Amino acid sequence: MKNSHDGNNRAKQNRRMSLGVDRRTVIRRGGGALAAAALASTFPSPRIRAAQPVKIGYVSPQTGPLAPFAEADDFIIGGVRELFKKQSRPIEIIVKDSQTNSNRASEVAADLILKDKVSLMLVGAAPETNNPVADQCELNEVPCVSTVSPWQSWFIPRGGKPDKPFKWTYHYFWGLEDAIGILLDMWPQIQTNRVVGAAFANDPDGNAWGNDVFGLPPALIKAKYKLIHPPHFQTLTDNFTSQISAFKEADCEIITGNMIPPDFTTFWTQAYQQGLKPKIVTITKALLFPASVESVGDTANNLSCEVWWTPHFPYKSSLTGQSAAQLGAAYTQATKKQWTQPIGFVHSLFEVAADVIKRSADPRDPAANLAAVIKTNLQTIVGPIAWGKGPVKNVVKTPLVSGQWRRTPNGPFKYELLVVANGLAPQIPLDGKFEVLTYKS
Amino acid sequence: MYWINTIIQGALVGGLYALFATGLSLMFGVMRIINLAHGDFIVLSAYLAVVVINCIGVNPLVALAVVVPLMFGVGYLLQRGLLNFTMGSDILPPLLVTFGLSVVIQNVLLELFSADSRRLQLPWLETASVRIGDQLAIGLMPTSVFVVAVIVIGGIEFMLYRTDLGRAFRATSDDPDTARLYGVNNRNIYALATAIALAVVSIAGVLFGIRTIFDPTIGPARLLYAFEVVIIGGLGSLWGTLAGGIILGVAQAIGAAFDPSWDTLAGHVVFLVVLLFRPRGLFPKTFDP
Repeated sequence: MKNSHDGNNRAKQNRRMSLGVDRRTVIRRGGGALAAAALASTFPSPRIRAAQPVKIGYVSPQTGPLAPFAEADDFIIGGVRELFKKQSRPIEIIVKDSQTNSNRASEVAADLILKDKVSLMLVGAAPETNNPVADQCELNEVPCVSTVSPWQSWFIPRGGKPDKPFKWTYHYFWGLEDAIGILLDMWPQIQTNRVVGAAFANDPDGNAWGNDVFGLPPALIKAKYKLIHPPHFQTLTDNFTSQISAFKEADCEIITGNMIPPDFTTFWTQAYQQGLKPKIVTITKALLFPASVESVGDTANNLSCEVWWTPHFPYKSSLTGQSAAQLGAAYTQATKKQWTQPIGFVHSLFEVAADVIKRSADPRDPAANLAAVIKTNLQTIVGPIAWGKGPVKNVVKTPLVSGQWRRTPNGPFKYELLVVANGLAPQIPLDGKFEVLTYKS
Repeated sequence: MYWINTIIQGALVGGLYALFATGLSLMFGVMRIINLAHGDFIVLSAYLAVVVINCIGVNPLVALAVVVPLMFGVGYLLQRGLLNFTMGSDILPPLLVTFGLSVVIQNVLLELFSADSRRLQLPWLETASVRIGDQLAIGLMPTSVFVVAVIVIGGIEFMLYRTDLGRAFRATSDDPDTARLYGVNNRNIYALATAIALAVVSIAGVLFGIRTIFDPTIGPARLLYAFEVVIIGGLGSLWGTLAGGIILGVAQAIGAAFDPSWDTLAGHVVFLVVLLFRPRGLFPKTFDP
């Protein structure tokens, strides 16, 4: 490395010599240029400065297994860019693909901070992308606003402690305690034998859910449910016979779990084949997206899951004034696809960003933006966001309810997600009643 | 009864694994090419079936009539137009090229079909089963997959050991130079081997797509099991591949019966044990000098 530098310098020198300029002249001229540059930076022209755009970084998994989380990106960001064009101060959104890979997420976040010099970072798609991006922001002192992962999986793996919170990174979403809460809120609506079979994947989410200290098991025992909890399975497994046998043996009328869509489809198909007929099936994560529910097929009717946003939420955008329903309809009109839960949250990230830039003393200065982030008090399309009231300093919670996928014979899409229990967030209206699963003879 | 059920379900999954592995086994057996894009070709054929179903509105099994010849053609052109140029004494170029293909296929599928997961719908067959007693129920779909695996493997075995083409395959596999002296066109033989391999892959892909859901990135996970099945069964023997599939499926099922987290582990352990004591697999048939 050093050698090549020396070589370069020598080559440059030779070139200068051949032009008939000696070393001293070069130094004198170089010094003059430096002084001029210093002058320019000490007295910047205010007009030029005002025209410089504010840069926002946005990292999302556009490719890879978590790509469904980023599916609405083009739609949302396209709309937001149009809006930002009308602002007096240009705002530039720089989007990078994390490829659902933590290392890559970390790399592109570092690029955004160090090369593109963004003064605010946004990220909202599961821990694999959120956490490395937030870590880079904490390290390089740029404020980062994140969402779409239970707050524990954002706070705890990154080494956050209630008495030692983060300085630069802020998060809004619900937590594991809410997800457990909605199950206990929904299940008593149907008469069962209160025997629950739980199938969790052996991955960070599944292990958090199945944790014997803070997960689902202690909460269920406290609520007087009997729990059948086989050890956690490897993701992308092809055979769930062992779990299905255990659930059948114990006569589980409620089945729950946290798994990815392919695993759930394998599990549910095999459960049907092997004659497991529970009254309630509530699976988190696997049933988030209409596409994966639709691909489960005819047996998906009345499966239930967690709901963090639907177009029926009673909120509106602070950026466009659109209601949740209007945003959902605009998405379907633009893409011909059914709405998904991340749409509202991706939109809300840009609401927060616009609000922060509006209130920031100097939107190009990360520290000023951080001060504005901390003081956020905004009514967004996913609910109110104001840090300070959350479970820890850097986290504020958004409402969580439970929903059921109902077949819509006359609807534009095969299934519609209806909110069926709202005990934890009564401000969210109910769309229907919680129904028992039915089987053909 | 519990154990009978466990073993039967495991063996049925093994049929699917064997079907996954057959194409890999054939390509590896004839050309010593490890096709790292094998899993992605499985997913690609499932997506081709999606297109066929959307275009002419048939059920997935009928779509096979279009997808299989199509993938046969893709295989032939792939080998003639690309992989033949990578073959030689060095095993690295085909590995790198197929690895690249894997990335390309995934991203092209993502671009064309988005990240949404899909499934080939076959409503009745998907969940139908025959119940034998309280603890034992055999799904029709897994059984059909198993039967298809046996038929496909039987057919290829017949081709390999009873036809001239099969003799050319085996000769080229054992000694390509001598085979050429006897008038065998190696390039054409290789292309036909890949074509047949991908035709089998397309059957596996469509059945896989009926069984569970798939998305553009799910392919590589399928490659590992297929690879293990080939090694357990032994090179060049397709009945060995079927046995390897069943062994892997049953091992996983028994592991999972003790503890669901041992599912994959039990399969890997069996694979390692075979590799330790029978490095050429249980029923090897090819000759490696």
